[in-house]
Amino acid sequence: MAETKPVLMQGNEACAMGAISAGVRFYAGYPITPSTEVAEIMAAKLPEIGGVFIQMEDEIASMAAVIGASIGGMRTLTATSGPGFSLKQENLGYAIMAEIPCVVVNVQRMGPSTGVPTAPAQGDVMQARWGTHGDHPIIVFSPSSVYETYYLTIAAVNLSQKLRQPVIMLLDEVIGHMREKVFIPEAGKLLVEKSSDQIPSDWKPYDEKGLTPLVPFGFGHYYHVTGLFHDQYGFPTGDPPHVERALDRLHAKLEKYRDEIVLTNYIGHKEPRVAIVAYGCTVRSARSVVKKAYWQDRLPVGLLSLQTIWPFPAREIEALAKQADVIIVPEMNMGQLVGEVERYVCGQAKVVPLNRYDGEMITPDQISELIGRWLS
Amino acid sequence: MQLTQDFLRTKKLPHIWCPGCGNGIVTAALVRAIERAGYDQREVVIVSGIGCSSRAAGYLNFNTLHTTHGRALAFATGLKMARPELTLFVIMGDGDCSAIGGNHFIHSARRNIDLNAIVVNNHIYGMTGGQHSPLTPTGMKATTAPGGTLERAFDLLELAKGAGATFGARGNAAQPRQLEQLITRAAKHKGFSVVEALSPCPIAYGRRNKLGGAVEMLKGMKESSVAVERAAEMDEADLEGKTLNGVLFSIDAPEFSSEYHRMIKKDHG
Repeated sequence: MAETKPVLMQGNEACAMGAISAGVRFYAGYPITPSTEVAEIMAAKLPEIGGVFIQMEDEIASMAAVIGASIGGMRTLTATSGPGFSLKQENLGYAIMAEIPCVVVNVQRMGPSTGVPTAPAQGDVMQARWGTHGDHPIIVFSPSSVYETYYLTIAAVNLSQKLRQPVIMLLDEVIGHMREKVFIPEAGKLLVEKSSDQIPSDWKPYDEKGLTPLVPFGFGHYYHVTGLFHDQYGFPTGDPPHVERALDRLHAKLEKYRDEIVLTNYIGHKEPRVAIVAYGCTVRSARSVVKKAYWQDRLPVGLLSLQTIWPFPAREIEALAKQADVIIVPEMNMGQLVGEVERYVCGQAKVVPLNRYDGEMITPDQISELIGRWLS
Repeated sequence: MQLTQDFLRTKKLPHIWCPGCGNGIVTAALVRAIERAGYDQREVVIVSGIGCSSRAAGYLNFNTLHTTHGRALAFATGLKMARPELTLFVIMGDGDCSAIGGNHFIHSARRNIDLNAIVVNNHIYGMTGGQHSPLTPTGMKATTAPGGTLERAFDLLELAKGAGATFGARGNAAQPRQLEQLITRAAKHKGFSVVEALSPCPIAYGRRNKLGGAVEMLKGMKESSVAVERAAEMDEADLEGKTLNGVLFSIDAPEFSSEYHRMIKKDHG
């Protein structure tokens, strides 16, 4: 992809611009710190390119409006933060069940409840996974830089369209508000995956055979969209074997495209004694430690950063556990993803959590001190 | 008029509604209104919420969207903004629209977005077995108000008007021809239209309140309704206990989705 000169922008701005680059033309939202800039940028930019911006009466309505617009054939996005993300959960579940593509941005802030609205945290990892009721599949990206935010938002929109599956962009206040350079591709050179215009004659909205594009309302396909369990044409069913098959199909969709969904990156020693597993803004502190410890001091350390946290990168963790003696999991919460790491490390390495939940970032010093302790 | 089979998903019938329910009458009036107005089937969308009447969407052969409880208007707002050329009918029950969906109802009215809300008011939560709603009249019994509800009911159309809706009408299942005409007029009106359709629920409401079966309830509905035109000539004492039906208000005002798309074209076209 041809890249032009670097542009200085904020994480929230990169998210909005990435969405627009990926063809998002509809935004519905409700003001909430620290995500409001996404809405403000969309309100300014979308009308200029023939898109729709609407500020809804609440978070629930924003999520509903986004789903409605997606059924109308638009690429859609909404952004919020912790308390608003809680309110979006019911309709998020609807979008998963009815297989309506959309991207939901949650710029995490310190919780529970109103918490510290302007302080960063990574406390919504499990809410992003299990916030809506029932055994649903979900995709969650967790960028660690403004640059990653831009490209992961594009990936989120494309994947959401392809799989007809909502995707969560789990930012945090640090990434949302920091400014960094981003290389914006030249106009028209973007990786926007166009959905097929060819509708097969035997098209079914929920084809049991596999992925099928969403045909928007208004083109003579009189299917039904519902949050109830439904058959291949969308009509309600409560038949037990059918219900089980339908739920399996939702999960199989993500399993089949797992390699496109699960994105991770490893830097450092090939056979590290101490490895770090991090995501979001915590990657930044970890990376600076590993760069110095490995590239400068040649210590046996490494960093596995997770751009995708759900579906959980189980294979990557299993592989890392075979190499490392100790795996440190720094998180700005009381320990959420660490449980998942332990589950796949399965006793093959020592898993050490490093938690901070005072509204401040985990510093490189905190990480390097812990590494030093386990290396000696 | 013969009901057009093309607009019904006959294979999905029989419906789930109880004997004596008014939902079928209201749904038939809607289908006739759509046919009479001559809309292109492809461009008609039926959106509904959760509850007995919202199941109508599944029986109608259009683009149909059965949403979450109370949120039908919010889904419809997104769809209408994305595709302003489509004609949307939003079927809700009284609890769905005025309790859990109350916020979306007043804000849809405030925006004056071109949606046609059909509120099937049976004064009760039927699907869950008979709990009181914000449209249950004071004193009437429900499973959650065994001694009669102390709460006061909304006047749905006054609420809609106060919030900015530009068309409001009331009809009932006992007068289906009039209901059909009211829905047709609502659909033709550009802006947020509300048609309150009074409908009997003999099972979960009538039985508990000794209102008789479906026939008695329909009869009572017809007898207590007074056309707005006639009411203008009646004094207050005669109107005691009566329900106004017909078009209660119809106002010209800018419609939101067309204003928005005009703004885009003007500024950036």
